[in-house]
Amino acid sequence: MEFREELLRIMEKNSRMNTKELAVLLGVSEEAAINELKALEDEGTICGYHTMVNWDNVSTEKVTALIEVKVTPQRGQGFDNIAERIYNYPEVESVYLMAGGYDLMVILEGKTLKEVSGFVTEKLSALETVTGTATHFILKKYKDHGTILGKKKEDTREIVTP
Amino acid sequence: MRDPLAKKVVEIKPSGIRKFFDIVSEMKDAISLGVGEPDFDTPWHIRDEGIYALEKGKTFYTSNAGLKELREEIAAYLKRTQGIMYDPVGEILVTVGGSEGIDIALRAMCDPGDEVLIPQPSYVSYEPCAVLTGAKPVIINLKPENEFRLTAQEIEEAVTEKTKILVLPFPNNPTGAIMEKSDLEAIREVIIKHDLYVISDEIYGELTYKGKHVSIAALPGMQERTILINGFSKAYAMTGWRLGYACGPKNILAQMTKIHQFAIMCAPTTSQYAAIEAVKNGDPDIARMRESYNMRRRFLLNAFREMNIECFEPFGAFYVFPCIKEFGMTSDEFATRFLQEEKVAAVPGTAFGDSGEGYLRISYAYSLERLEEAMKRFAHFVEKLRAAKNA
Repeated sequence: MEFREELLRIMEKNSRMNTKELAVLLGVSEEAAINELKALEDEGTICGYHTMVNWDNVSTEKVTALIEVKVTPQRGQGFDNIAERIYNYPEVESVYLMAGGYDLMVILEGKTLKEVSGFVTEKLSALETVTGTATHFILKKYKDHGTILGKKKEDTREIVTP
Repeated sequence: MRDPLAKKVVEIKPSGIRKFFDIVSEMKDAISLGVGEPDFDTPWHIRDEGIYALEKGKTFYTSNAGLKELREEIAAYLKRTQGIMYDPVGEILVTVGGSEGIDIALRAMCDPGDEVLIPQPSYVSYEPCAVLTGAKPVIINLKPENEFRLTAQEIEEAVTEKTKILVLPFPNNPTGAIMEKSDLEAIREVIIKHDLYVISDEIYGELTYKGKHVSIAALPGMQERTILINGFSKAYAMTGWRLGYACGPKNILAQMTKIHQFAIMCAPTTSQYAAIEAVKNGDPDIARMRESYNMRRRFLLNAFREMNIECFEPFGAFYVFPCIKEFGMTSDEFATRFLQEEKVAAVPGTAFGDSGEGYLRISYAYSLERLEEAMKRFAHFVEKLRAAKNA
């Protein structure tokens, strides 16, 4: 399966590519592309297909917060149990276990500052094992998932060159 | 007043690309497939080193041959990619792009009357550069049935006792043809038999899609009769930095360095610092860009196959070279009509030599979206032409 990683790199950048196009780009049969894609989905390597949205261009208010969370790990559970209790909240976008000054990084999307602070004070801090939080708000996204937002690149090359 | 111009310069015919460029630049909304340079930006870590060099005030001349550290890195690179050992002192010269290397290699080696074998279709500068030295260019017309590779027999047929140099332009612009190791081995004997020197233009050497590129200098007995030309433009997307290099035997390099010293002084300093970073840490960038090019190459080949357009599979550079002979037009006519009727610019094969007649050079140094749109228009054009023929 040498084309597996190549396939993943394509799909990671453009998940709208259909299997016929994919097969052409990879130089394999369409059947091979379909099978590989299905295998990757089945084993959970491809976990979903999303659209990158630059919400700044939409009038809907949206606040993204990065919350550092310090917790006391539980005997026999480590951090997994507390992480699960946090990531089950639908408003939580991502949860990472961190090395360094704090334990969990929680990324939260809310409609307003109030909604985010409500989550932190009423839900997150209220968890027994949480010993402290620090909330940071994102002011502007310049680049997300490897894509530079808001700028379309122009081709400034000469039109014809040898 | 007397004529200020040198006859041999005036007699050089202007590049066919230039002519086509003038037509294209009048069409405001045309999309182009005519570019011979990467669409990628120079990788940021390389640009960053250039900026850093400027910030630190590294703005002076370097030694004529180029920064020693850069020459050492180039030597290390050629050792790890080709297994060829060059002495950074005396066997490597940093030039202003590969083009300067070609020019001064010819100038250092050609006396008036010497014959230079130039396979075509190929890059536009070999013939005029040879003419400027007073040498006689002898064109070898590469054949589609050989996938535009050079054969021993073709060299044999073109050699006279005056033949001194063979220009070896592979991976090839405009055809995308490569010379695999077995192809090189096949021409090696003829080269040695006739005591020829080789100027091997390997500027697209990092961009091959069927095994790794092999330099002719890596073959036994060839390093001492080869000037290897390469550079940073295509491999690292650094065209505007104007930086290349030439490697070869000390006696030839010494004379090339002399010309370089008087004509150029040294290659641009900022670019040299950036190039150190490129050649040291740029291998993953090359791999990433090559993967993209390869996908686009497959896309174009598939598109031509679906249109029933004859197109051999090119394994190098970033060009495909489809055949348009079935339409009964010259390359020039086809390219001009394609531009006027579909607003797509593709360079006529004849811009790279008479043997490019009947072909177009399509560059895939463009995004897939662009190529998709261009192929839609190509299909539309071809349909129209075929319908007119059958009517």
